[in-house]
Amino acid sequence: MTIAEQVGAPRIVPGRGIPYPCGDPNLPPAAERQWRRQLVQRALDAVAVAVEHPTIFEVDDVNA
Amino acid sequence: MRIVHYVNQFYAGLGGEDSAGIGARVLKGTVGPGRLLAQLLGAEHDIVATLVCGDDHAASHTTAAPELLKMAQAAGADLLVAGPAFGSGRYGLACARLAAVAQAAGLPALAAMHPDNPGISEAGDAPVIAAGATAREMRPSVQRLAAAVTKLAAGEALTAADGRVIQAARVGQLVEQRAAARAVELVLRRLGGDREATEVPVGGFGVVDPAAPVDKAASVTVALVTEGAVVPAGNPDRLESARASRWLRYPVEGADTLASGAWESVDGGFATTAANADPNRLLPLDAARALEREGAIGRLHGEFLTTVGNGTPVATARRFGVEWAAQLRKAGVQAAILTAT
Repeated sequence: MTIAEQVGAPRIVPGRGIPYPCGDPNLPPAAERQWRRQLVQRALDAVAVAVEHPTIFEVDDVNA
Repeated sequence: MRIVHYVNQFYAGLGGEDSAGIGARVLKGTVGPGRLLAQLLGAEHDIVATLVCGDDHAASHTTAAPELLKMAQAAGADLLVAGPAFGSGRYGLACARLAAVAQAAGLPALAAMHPDNPGISEAGDAPVIAAGATAREMRPSVQRLAAAVTKLAAGEALTAADGRVIQAARVGQLVEQRAAARAVELVLRRLGGDREATEVPVGGFGVVDPAAPVDKAASVTVALVTEGAVVPAGNPDRLESARASRWLRYPVEGADTLASGAWESVDGGFATTAANADPNRLLPLDAARALEREGAIGRLHGEFLTTVGNGTPVATARRFGVEWAAQLRKAGVQAAILTAT
């Protein structure tokens, strides 16, 4: 169980590391910007979904 | 004794969430729960005025409590009573802050709320009397409060027996066994199936009901908030790097990105090299702005809220959450993206 779930965050979009929740320094700049955009887009999807308990909204990574 | 009573907009009968933004005001005599309180206090004490403030206003303006105190003094108060606020965070915060400033100014004060109310840590030197979790426990809560008022008015100190919530203090103590032996013993007990044994009880995180969803992000105002300690370069407002005592807000109206060199993270809990090379990695302003421009976000809120989550006590974080929700609601924000490290 992730920490975000343990503490009861209602809608969770997982990132790739504690120091960069909205980025990934291992990617080339353009790919990283694309990844960030997907994360924000997923968060926007999530706030429009009803949840009753901590729920994870994974990003379907188009770069993977 | 002349008593002034504080309630929020709801208990004053001035409206619900739609009226949560109203400022401080004074009403003559008793209102709502004050009527029951007055009845229980009897003829010896007189509730001469009721102070009211909207919950959003009280939680997001630090000027609200001093303003209310002035009103209480103008009404000739000998004693100030706030609440009961039950489990309501913003209302609890308002009651605690008002009681604290009154007490500090020499006006005896007490507040009533549920012991888990996040406002409780703001009560300063003012006593807090335990109330139920919800208004369903109005009568027993006000009964306990009335008994405490009577005792306080008689010049007696309030104790746990009066329902006073005592904030636990750490007290030094000599024990027989040294730490290593106690630790081994705890491990053995754990292996023996004891899941409860501990020397350091950890408070729970509490349960917050998820907010209802928005219809679609494209039609609402969305805010970016973070506990990653994003601040202007140089940290002009001196945000702590750990154990935050406060939170800050910074305007980003018209900005397309958080430029490296203009913003930084002062979080002491992780290596900030990557974040400082591109602060959008912590607070995704560039992506959010682009999505706003394309219509995927109705409007991006004009400022972001920030604090440091590193080592910050749960009670403090809960209070920040209450204050942020009030702040954002007041600004018409319907959804928030909180980036966490």
